[in-house]
Amino acid sequence: MKNERPETGGFFQRDRSWHPPAFAPGYKSTVVRSPQRAPISFGNTLSELTGPTFGHSLLGPLDNDLTVNFAKPGESAIGPRIIVYGRVLDENARPVPNVLVEFWQANAGGRYRHKKDGYLAPLDPNFGGCGRTITDEDGNYWFRTVQPGAYPWPNGINDWRPAHIHFAIFGHGFVQRLITQMYFEGDPMIWKCPIVRTIPDKKAIEGLIAALDMESTVPMDSRAYKFDIVLRGRRSTLFENKLEGN
Amino acid sequence: MVQSLTRLKETASQTAGPYVHIGLTPNYCDIGGIYPEDLGVRMVNEKTRGERVTYKMRVIDGTGSVIKDALIEIWQADADGLYNSPSEPRGKADPNFTGWGRQASDPETGVFTFGSVKPGRVPFTDGRPQAPHVSLWIVARGINLGLQTRMYFGDEAEANAADPVLTRLEHQNRVPTLIAPRTGDTYNFDIYLQGDKETVFFDV
Repeated sequence: MKNERPETGGFFQRDRSWHPPAFAPGYKSTVVRSPQRAPISFGNTLSELTGPTFGHSLLGPLDNDLTVNFAKPGESAIGPRIIVYGRVLDENARPVPNVLVEFWQANAGGRYRHKKDGYLAPLDPNFGGCGRTITDEDGNYWFRTVQPGAYPWPNGINDWRPAHIHFAIFGHGFVQRLITQMYFEGDPMIWKCPIVRTIPDKKAIEGLIAALDMESTVPMDSRAYKFDIVLRGRRSTLFENKLEGN
Repeated sequence: MVQSLTRLKETASQTAGPYVHIGLTPNYCDIGGIYPEDLGVRMVNEKTRGERVTYKMRVIDGTGSVIKDALIEIWQADADGLYNSPSEPRGKADPNFTGWGRQASDPETGVFTFGSVKPGRVPFTDGRPQAPHVSLWIVARGINLGLQTRMYFGDEAEANAADPVLTRLEHQNRVPTLIAPRTGDTYNFDIYLQGDKETVFFDV
């Protein structure tokens, strides 16, 4: 499917009972970082309908391979090798082509390459932890990495994050912008995590759990996980009735 | 029963977490050699049209503390009021202006600095001109869903007084939370996440 005509229809309103609420005290950091007043709504103007675009020429050849994009020549990161792939779709189940997908994660031991991460698990000298790609004409993306480890964090006295990969996704409009986290099928830590549990609906949580896909696994090389991402849909231009000048 | 609408649900948001900069500004946090430079750090070049301005922003939590682990992205029109986007129907924007910026804050002061140009005016849904503005998206540890707001310009009092978004706010005493005062070529914009001075956020 080609995306030939610029899309100009307004975006569906976000379902804020599906997303986590701003104030979710089980995740302590939200307590003083959550607005208390209701957000204000108005119909989408061009400021919301438009957004930045990025050409495939932006990408370096290793941007979507975290096993080698920070490694010394001939070496690679330590950990279970995996491929993560999927599609970026909108709520109308249409592919969202040519959008930048960025991701970051801890290494196989649960340690981030960040000066504020003081966890005693060691850094991997061959692992940086970030990557990016751009969806193709059908909304597909993929990258190779090592499966990240769980790690402890100062929330409750014994809280551990499940293994996860952070995702940041652009759509075609600035208000489609989304950050989320991908979890792994079968991880028992998912259902104990205060950050996961900020999401009220179990179905919404299941939408963040990538499925192990043995059919896409590369034998003797990397297991595969499938993670589809859904961005806000937009109304059909056919139904829009805008005044001159917009 | 009726036919199903068969729509998908949007993927649920999660916090960007304290290490968001690994993914979105890796050079800033000393992960060099993967990307030539951090995306979005430069919005203008020597050929960009319009008045050069600087935005200095801070994000402040409910205790009055300046947050230093947030990340801000901005999106704005060029000097003629056109967006550099395929969805811009009114003409071609300045090719030397991205319209999009992304910054981490200074690690000591918490100040976000964007070098940009002052945007032109963009129509509202009914065709009336909006006052010049910059759209913001703020993510951080402790923010479960990216916060959307706008920055308006302190030296545009007349346009601000007629702006279709600002004039529709029920609590007009909150309008100043969206307006950045100007000093020289710099606009200073403090974003209060919570409390008496809470910035107006949008669900758009």
